[in-house]
Formats: sequence, C-alpha cells, structure tokens
Amino acid sequence: MQLVLEKRAERSNTIALISPLIAIGLTIVTMVILFAILGKNPLLALHAYFIAPLTDSYSLEEIAVKATPLVMIAIGLSLCYLANAWNIGAEGQFLIGAVAGSWIAVKTQGTDAGVWVLPVMLVLAAAAGALYALIPAICKVKFGASEILTSLMLVYVADLVLDYLVRGPWRDPHGFNFPTTAEFDPVATVPLLIEGGRLHLGSIVALLVVAAAAILLGRTIKGFEIRVVGAAPRAARFGGFNSNQSVILTFAVSGALAGLAGIIEVAGPVGHLQPGISPGYGFTAIIVAFLGRLNPLGILIAGLFLALTFIGGEQAQITMKIPLDVTKVFQGILLFYVLACDSLILYRFKLVFPNRQVARGTG
Amino acid sequence: MELVEAIILAVLAASTPLLIAATGELVTERSGVLNLGVEGMMIVGAACGFAGAWLTGSIFIGALFGIVAGTMMSLVFALMALGLAVNQVATGLALTILGVGLSGLIGAGFVGERITPAVHLYVPGLTDIPLIGRVLFGEDAFIYFSLALVVGVWWFLYRTRPGLILRACGDNHVSAHALGYPVLRIRTLAVMFGGACAGLAGAYLPLAYTPFFIPGMTAGRGWIALALVVFSSWRPGRLVVGAYLFGAVTILQLHAQGWGVGIPSQFMSALPYLATVIVLVLLSRARTGGSTAPAALGTVFVPDR
Repeated sequence: MQLVLEKRAERSNTIALISPLIAIGLTIVTMVILFAILGKNPLLALHAYFIAPLTDSYSLEEIAVKATPLVMIAIGLSLCYLANAWNIGAEGQFLIGAVAGSWIAVKTQGTDAGVWVLPVMLVLAAAAGALYALIPAICKVKFGASEILTSLMLVYVADLVLDYLVRGPWRDPHGFNFPTTAEFDPVATVPLLIEGGRLHLGSIVALLVVAAAAILLGRTIKGFEIRVVGAAPRAARFGGFNSNQSVILTFAVSGALAGLAGIIEVAGPVGHLQPGISPGYGFTAIIVAFLGRLNPLGILIAGLFLALTFIGGEQAQITMKIPLDVTKVFQGILLFYVLACDSLILYRFKLVFPNRQVARGTG
Repeated sequence: MELVEAIILAVLAASTPLLIAATGELVTERSGVLNLGVEGMMIVGAACGFAGAWLTGSIFIGALFGIVAGTMMSLVFALMALGLAVNQVATGLALTILGVGLSGLIGAGFVGERITPAVHLYVPGLTDIPLIGRVLFGEDAFIYFSLALVVGVWWFLYRTRPGLILRACGDNHVSAHALGYPVLRIRTLAVMFGGACAGLAGAYLPLAYTPFFIPGMTAGRGWIALALVVFSSWRPGRLVVGAYLFGAVTILQLHAQGWGVGIPSQFMSALPYLATVIVLVLLSRARTGGSTAPAALGTVFVPDR
C-alpha cells in the first residue's frame, strides 16, 4: 500500500478556503504534544497562548500594535510572491526604514522643528526601504543573481548599520552608554489613537494598506499583471507583460511598506532607535503572507493571529515559564502545515496497491 | 611567521563549516532539489551536537548527534517538498524558521556550559615543522574529513553510475523517470545527505570552533553555504576554493578589527555578507553562455502513473 499524489482536474475552492483552518488545527495538536514533552499542562498552555490575551483590553490593544508591522510587511511580500519574486529580506528593509526615518528625528532633536517632522520621517523611511529592496531586485533583473540570497544577506548588513549608528554617532549622550538614541521629540512620534492607550495611528495606516492592496489586486490592470507574471510567465510574455518590471515594482513596493512599518514601530511603540526593535517581524511576515493565502483580507486576519501568538508567548513565558522559542517553533510548524494543506488544493491523496496480485494470491 | 601560521589555521577552521554544509547542499541541488533550509538544519545540528557532546563527553558522539539532527530536519523537508510537492523555496524558509526556534529550545539548557573542544592531530616531528607543520598535520578531524568529503562527492558524482543517475534526475526528471529511475527516492536520499552534512557543519561550530553553544551561533553561515554552491557552478572542486576565500574574508575582518584599523567594527563584520552579494552578482554576470545550474533545480515533480 502506498500513498501517492494525484493532480486534481481543477483547483478545489472548498479546500482553498478551509486549508488555513486545517493548518491551525494541526498546529495546535502538535503544540499540545510539544507542551506535554516540555512537562507543561497543555490545556493551561493553550489557554495562556490563545485565550488569555483576548480577555483583557491591554492585551487586545497590544495585539493590534504587534499586528500593525506584520500586516504592512506581509502585504508587500504577498505582492512579491504573487509575482514569483522572492523577497525574504523584509527584515532588513524594515531596519533601514527605521534608520532613515530616525535620522530626521535625531537631527531635529531639541530644536523647534514643526509638525513637518513626522511626515518627512515616514516618506524618507518608505523611500529608504524601497531603495534597499531595489538592490536585490536590480541584481536579479540586470545580472540574474538570486534575489533570495542577496535580499537575505542585506538583512545582516542592515542590522550592523543600525548597530553602528546607535553605538556610535547617534547614541544618547545622557543614556548611560546604552546603545540607544534619545527618546524622540513629540513632533517625531506617531500619535496615539486614544490618550493613555497603546494603539497608534500606524494601525490605521496598516488598514489603509490592506484596502489599497485589495483594490490594486482586484480592480486594476497592474494587479492583474502581477498575478499573471507569477502564475503563468509564458502567457504573460505573450500578453506583453514584462516580468522584470514586475520584479522591480513588487520589490520596491514591499521595501517601501517594510520601511514604513519600521519607522512606525520606532516612532510609535518603541519611541527611540535601538538594536532589537524587531522580534523578527520581517520573517514572521512571510508566514503571515502565506497563512493569509497572499490575499489582503486574509493577511489582515493572519497578521492578527500571529500577533496573538507573540503576545500569548510572552504571557506563557511569564505565567508558565514556557521558553519564548516555543513561539518560533509554533510559527515554523504553522507555516509547514499551511504549505502542506495548500498542496491539497491542487492534488488529492490516493492509496495505490502496487502488489495487488500478490495480495490477492495470499489473501 | 607565527602570525601567518595563525591566520592560515584560523581561515581553515572558519571555512570548514561552510565547506561541509555547501558540499551537502551541492549534492542535493545536483539531484534537482533546492533546499533553502541549510541555516535551519545547521543551527539544529549545532544545538544537538553540543547537547550530545556535553551529555556523553565525546566529540564523536556529539558530531553523530548533529548528523542525525540535520538528517531528521531534512526528512521533514523531503516529506513536504517531495512527498507533498510543495514549493521548495517556501518549504526551505519554513525549515529555517522552525530550526531557529527548535535550536533555541534544545540549546536553552546548555547556554553557558563548556566542553573540551575537538583535539588536534599531533604527529611528533611533522607537526613541529615551522609554518606548514600545524597547517598540514595539526588540524582537528573535521577539517581532514571535510576535504575527504569533497573528494568523495566528486568521485561519486563524476566517476560512478549512481552519481550519473543522480545528476540525470537533476537535469531532466521526466527523462530519468521515463528510463525507470525512482526520481523521488533518489532525491530524498540526496536531500538526506544534504541534511546530514548541514547537521555536521552546524555541530562543528560548538564542538571545535568555539567550545560553547550560543543561540543563533550559525549567524547566516547556512545562507553563505547556499551562495557558495552558486559560486562553485555546482562543481565540488570550485567549492573548496570558494569556501576558503570566504573563510579568509571572515578572518581578515576579525584581524583588521584587532589591528585597530580606523573602520568601525560593524562595517568589517558586514564584509562577508557584502562579499556574498558582490560575488553572486559578478558570477551571474560572467555567465553568458546559459546557466550552469542543474536544469530541473527547484521544480516540482509528481510522477504520473
């Protein structure tokens, strides 16, 4: 008896809808086993991860705050992946955006600069993120260098640039030698939505990005072009669509969104530039993009769900001493199941009996 | 003179994990499979390798732990990418994300512990020859093994029939399948070999390079190994050159930091990563007469029956 894949006559839309749910279910089953191995009560752990953060308003706000960068980055990445361009360096574009925007904040520190500071920071961050993403895109289009490897290498470089700046020229002179800039001035800070809360204007920006992506992909020729180039490169060539242009465009847009997410994170919840501003948002956003089926609305939901795992992971660490790495394992396993379930959209499993004659003879 | 010897020794040590991981990945890619999860398999190999050596006190058993861990990780990849025909790029990324998390979980209890690192060969007389003595006759077993591995892989790929069949699967899986070769089984074995090598390469880091484990200690070496395979044009011989060049860049930037050259240390640390980007661009540009990559690299194969 052998299990083989058989191609479906057409893609199954039912499975396309429920496959993320199957994946989440399988992940939770796997996590129960993992918690049991770690010697923790699985039910209590699941409660700490998925239920407890939903029960108080502070955590709910925190989920929205964490989901903001994830959704913004993942929307950009989904455009890339739809066009079959593999940007996996969003983490670096996020950091470079944060650095570029912070430059204005640091330079205007303590001056009487007006309300123009924050808008300029946002624009500069988006431009820097886009330019940084264009490096692998151009290397790919002009020289044929693998964008996967170059975009990833630039993550390490961005990390070191940020590290240099906050330890060197931009370090807060009154910061007791900690590697951080001074707190940004109020004009260089993303305004809060509710005074005294955590939710900030960035979450609104993220929602706008989701809406814009939905319109781009669903209602415009450009969006159609991106999808055709990715799904059927030959047909796209016959249709007069240029795949190189799509690579450049999607990389630039996803870099700009990642850069924007970077400065919003720094000028919002964090309040200053320092190493470790991202707990791997750029990589988690890859999971968000796939879990959301590369669809804007799906990404919004997936972003909130993965934000929940970040918050839940922190709570589980505090209340049950479950290591933070469990969250990463959870996210990795989730991505595996999502991809595996996606396989069922195009294929179905079939049992074959290669030795049927023999089986009959003995049975 | 002693400095030159020290630098050569350091370069060899820094290059060895790259060489081992890249040799494994080369075999995987030659069979037509692109496994981007090298970094994930390496980091799990590092954590398990250290755990094995710390628990048993034996470097050899530690290395075995690393190999087994890397192979297990690669089996997950094989199940997904070959068994379920999932996109190989996405699966490889998932493997790396999972590996980073798993290694943190496994290694958490071992952070701060130390072991006695792998012993270096000592041949009375020969090892004491100035300059070349320690370089040729005073290395640890991993370094000699890595070179034997490259020779073995070269011999296998170009001088044996199974090697030829493996390359055929990588260049045209439809033809190989039509000739009756079990493409998916051959690819699974190639992926497992890649995993075993990545696990061993990861284990090298805490067992011989630094005698302790820190989370994230592979620091992108798995990705550099992937770039090295491209650099080598999928040929084992050039892999050795590439790995030693990269090892040299890594060590030179460390020494330059020590000499107090007026460049910030972060910029020197960025050198290996920047060098990877530049090399990839130059090489891809130099290849005018078509790609040297295995023709079926990274494509999904579902045999029809």
